[in-house]
Amino acid sequence: MAKGLDIKLIKNGKRLDGRDMEEMRPLKMELGVLDRADGSAAIELGETKVIAAVYGPTKLHPQHRQQPKKAVLSVRYQMLPFSTTDRCRPGPNRRSIEIGLVIKKALEPIIFLEEFPRADIQIEIEVIQANASTRVTGLTAASLALADAGIPMKGLISACAVGKIQDKLILDVAGAEDSYGGADFPIAMINGGDEITLLQLDGDLNQKEMKPALDLAQKGCKILFDQQKNVLKNTYKVGDQK
Amino acid sequence: MSELVKDKSLVIPGEALFEGMDYLPGPGTYRNDKKIVSKYLGVAEFKNNRLVRVIPLKGKYIPRENDFVIGYISRVSHAIWQVDLNSPYEGILPLSEGTEEFIDLNEKSLEDFYDIDDTIVVKIKKVTQTKDVQLTMKDRRAKKLIGGRIIEISHTKVPRLIGKSGTMVGTIKDKTGCVIIVGQNGRVWLKGNNEELAVRAIKKVEAEAHTSGLTDKITHWLDEESKKVK
Amino acid sequence: MMKINKSVIINSIQKGIRLDGRKLEEFRDIEIIPNYINKNPEGCALVKIGKTKVLVGVKMGVGKPYQDSPDEGVLMTGAELSPIAAPEFESGPPREAAIELARVVDRGIRESKMINTKALCIKEREAVWLVFLDIQILDYDGNLFDAAALGAVVALMNTKIPTYDLKTEKIDFEKYSGKLELNEVPISITARKISGKIVFDPNAEEEELVDSRLTFAFKENGNICAMQKGGSEPITKDEILDLMKKSSDQSKIIRKKLKNIKIDK
Repeated sequence: MAKGLDIKLIKNGKRLDGRDMEEMRPLKMELGVLDRADGSAAIELGETKVIAAVYGPTKLHPQHRQQPKKAVLSVRYQMLPFSTTDRCRPGPNRRSIEIGLVIKKALEPIIFLEEFPRADIQIEIEVIQANASTRVTGLTAASLALADAGIPMKGLISACAVGKIQDKLILDVAGAEDSYGGADFPIAMINGGDEITLLQLDGDLNQKEMKPALDLAQKGCKILFDQQKNVLKNTYKVGDQK
Repeated sequence: MSELVKDKSLVIPGEALFEGMDYLPGPGTYRNDKKIVSKYLGVAEFKNNRLVRVIPLKGKYIPRENDFVIGYISRVSHAIWQVDLNSPYEGILPLSEGTEEFIDLNEKSLEDFYDIDDTIVVKIKKVTQTKDVQLTMKDRRAKKLIGGRIIEISHTKVPRLIGKSGTMVGTIKDKTGCVIIVGQNGRVWLKGNNEELAVRAIKKVEAEAHTSGLTDKITHWLDEESKKVK
Repeated sequence: MMKINKSVIINSIQKGIRLDGRKLEEFRDIEIIPNYINKNPEGCALVKIGKTKVLVGVKMGVGKPYQDSPDEGVLMTGAELSPIAAPEFESGPPREAAIELARVVDRGIRESKMINTKALCIKEREAVWLVFLDIQILDYDGNLFDAAALGAVVALMNTKIPTYDLKTEKIDFEKYSGKLELNEVPISITARKISGKIVFDPNAEEEELVDSRLTFAFKENGNICAMQKGGSEPITKDEILDLMKKSSDQSKIIRKKLKNIKIDK
């Protein structure tokens, strides 16, 4: 995070893209966007667009990675070469491998992995276009894709990023706020509640800001969770309603 | 003590279905303190004032003992056939369960009975805790399938395709003249002069599995379609 | 694949009507969405052929030209068959199939002289525009060659060129200096042979049974600028002429479709 640069990120009480401090960018969720995958979902959050797919449970190769009493979850997070302003090289790198790991750890607590001994549940996240918040949006999409694939779960994961600009806490970091802001605080919660399954921070928060930052993250996760519920309830028809 | 959602409504993972202890958490649900909660995106059902369960919309077939399934041979080794069951778990068919007759390996090889990519209707004999699946052909319903074709539907729609005491699949058989075998794993074998129509009927049942009065609807539809052909 | 289903597919092809009701030469529905995403890539297209979905994006960069063409921009094409599209695809560095796909798409564009590479010269011998064309398969149900080639062409057709400052050596991606100059629009069509019959646009199951394939890239005047034979069965001289005629007819249908969509924003 670049610091010391004197860039005003708040003008006339609004953020550079016109949002209020606690306002999220426009949000769009779609379920079952891919045919081949067992489950899939796409999320657009402003200009950030992510597709997540789930394959599984399937047989896990190689055999030595199998766990006798539960399924193994594997997560691959990737940014497409043309998803960023400067082209990024395709293929895994240290950043994408770490993000894959924290997303896996964020999802493991909600999946009944023990129902599928020795099997593999594979999650593929492709960042189609990046304007900050790609890991949290990827995670929220992965949770929808798991539900779409019929994987048994305790609930859903919703995730958003809280930031700080000119000493004010903001919801859903984007654009210049990502490059010049004072903090990036991605957080994931179960069912929009207070159990947190992903948390990272880079930047500078004082201790008094921790509680309001967590509250703001919860507010964001609730917005996401409501929309996740909506898309799950409205994509597939059940009963005789037309 | 109350139902939190309506019978037959669509529920999502983590959604509370019932509050109180007078119902039992059935398949597809778990108990969280006083509540019964759904594990799946699926349809909630309250059974006989006793049990709540959730039928998932999608998902993979997990082998169960005594199920009849349709599989194909994925590998043949020294004394076993490995069988793909349209599931994360492969089945093992040992030599001793392969046929009723005694096989003398000096005279014959396993491929003479079931070769790679051959399709069989097979019974699941045993499933261990770690999901090792043992199969047997020693049942009058088990057999190797010759000719016809296989289609795959979601295994969660199999009960609908079979219908109450076999009425749905019976109707499709009658109206198309096809022989049809439905595996619990979602694979369906059909053979006859009008396979095309039977395939379309089965896909229609799968797509409309959630609607009521489906057997009548399919009967009517098959009559109309048969007229078109003539 | 189960023997039973293999013979069902082959029988249907022998009869001339495929399992999904198509004739042997018939394509599935083709949907082209230009500018599917439009903030970060300079050019983009999503192409759907049946259930196959391919996303192609173009990023522009600046670099040194090759010594033997000091005043020409450079095209670089990559393709990823990543496991989001099909469980049998593996993650990691591109393997044979992905590399062949990228090179066949690249050859059609390059040999047709589609891009005016001289217009991409910023300063001779020092700086030229690099055109990075990346092909991402999102959903696999056969016929990647034609879907990827079509996506690549449409993405190039809506590519804009950012502004470059020679002094600071910085690209301003927010400010465009113009469109990518094109001379030509090549259309690639791949014919396949399955048990002796010519088939176009196979789905994933049919693709498994392909004995040989032949890709043609056609220019607007009908000339052929690139070809690639694949598959492990030979093709005879007479068959090539037949495949060429039929593929050429297909290319005209797609060219017409392309004329009728709005490529730019």
